Amino acid sequence: MDWQAFALSLRLALVTTAILLAIAVPLSALIVLGRGRWLAAVEALATLPMVLPPTVLGFFLLVLLGPRTAFGRGVAAVLGHPLAFSFSGLVVGSVIYSLPFAVQPLVAGFGSVDTALVDAARLLGAGPVRLVSSILIPLARRSLLAAIVLSFLHTIGEFGVVLMLGGDIPGATRTLSIVLYDQVESFDYATAGHTALLLLGLSALALVAVYATSQKRGSVRSA
Amino acid sequence: MLSFSLDSRRGSFHFHVECTFASDWTVIFGPSGAGKSTLLRLLAGLDHPISGSIALDGRALTETASGIRVPPGHRQTSLVSQQPALFPHLTAAANVAYGLRNLDRPARARRVDEMLDLVGATELAARCPEDLSGGQAQRVALARALAPAPRLLLLDEPFSALDGVTSDALLVRLQHWLRENRVQAVVATHDATDAIATSAEVLLLGDGRVTALGPAAEVLASERDRLLGRLQTPPR
Repeated sequence: MDWQAFALSLRLALVTTAILLAIAVPLSALIVLGRGRWLAAVEALATLPMVLPPTVLGFFLLVLLGPRTAFGRGVAAVLGHPLAFSFSGLVVGSVIYSLPFAVQPLVAGFGSVDTALVDAARLLGAGPVRLVSSILIPLARRSLLAAIVLSFLHTIGEFGVVLMLGGDIPGATRTLSIVLYDQVESFDYATAGHTALLLLGLSALALVAVYATSQKRGSVRSA
Repeated sequence: MLSFSLDSRRGSFHFHVECTFASDWTVIFGPSGAGKSTLLRLLAGLDHPISGSIALDGRALTETASGIRVPPGHRQTSLVSQQPALFPHLTAAANVAYGLRNLDRPARARRVDEMLDLVGATELAARCPEDLSGGQAQRVALARALAPAPRLLLLDEPFSALDGVTSDALLVRLQHWLRENRVQAVVATHDATDAIATSAEVLLLGDGRVTALGPAAEVLASERDRLLGRLQTPPR
């Protein structure tokens, strides 16, 4: 078992999820509470990575962040190293790739909050930050939890973007998915099985955690 | 004094109302769809007119010509709707305290107690909205709206879930409190008895236009006769 890759995957998923939350919560609130047709374009843009093949997204990011573009050269000059083929680059790619998986549940959750409650809070002086923190998030906490878990799991299982943008550098960009690919390619099916089981276990554990905290045990489900 | 001139449009419904309310207690009367709730939402700043202005005691709250649009929480205006819209994850007391962030904790607690007492809901302080009846929730919503000491109180069928006796008693207490605290009230209703009972100034709305404005006894004379006629008709 490649525990270094396991640790790297966990670190990537945690960092990505934290950054995604910081972006997705205000963005989703803006999409739900804002006015103007331009918001439809914002939502479409935030959803775009969902329909893009991961390898295509990875390729675009590789070119954008590489030395071929002024942007890539500028970033490299600021950071002292190119973003492509680095952990930071993987984080950028993962955040973009998993953005829809954080935004979509939050938009659905925030959108389901009764507008009368939003109006009441605004009338009582709540600004956007308080409105989100004291009304939208508590009332859409299941959606928030879903966004966290989906972002985390989506990043853990990511392959196409990681391979394109990060390559296969041990300790820097080699995640569990890449390790699994390498193991299969070298016909080491026994170890690949363990890696796959580990990924499966992580996913199952996260989902159980979501259902355990988001459902009232013993409640009768209506049809 | 509240004065406004408002032009608004929603689909095929065109709303145009120009008025000045000098009375402490003004009732907006009209059938469903006349534009009562539209007017209250515009006054509260929740919706914006295509053109027009709103001024409360000489202070411009909305003025489309000069781009003034004071946000809802900064207009010293509260709105209580037929649907109480209490925050379901907060207790009744926390709901009332929501608009009191500028007060320190002891002052906030005192204000919450005072407001709950005013609406006769002291014993409901620790309850969550899901444990309140419709009438209880409306009383807590009223306490929440009054807590930040608004200058203008907008009520949209606020006592519809209360029985007649409770509603009358609360109305007397509320009007007394509003007079003491110099708060102007605008009440939307389609129940003529509310307007007649409070001897209010009445704005009669019909299809988004002002039909009449004046004392309840005059504006609602025909409505009063209709109600009396119904009471005097022997049951079959």
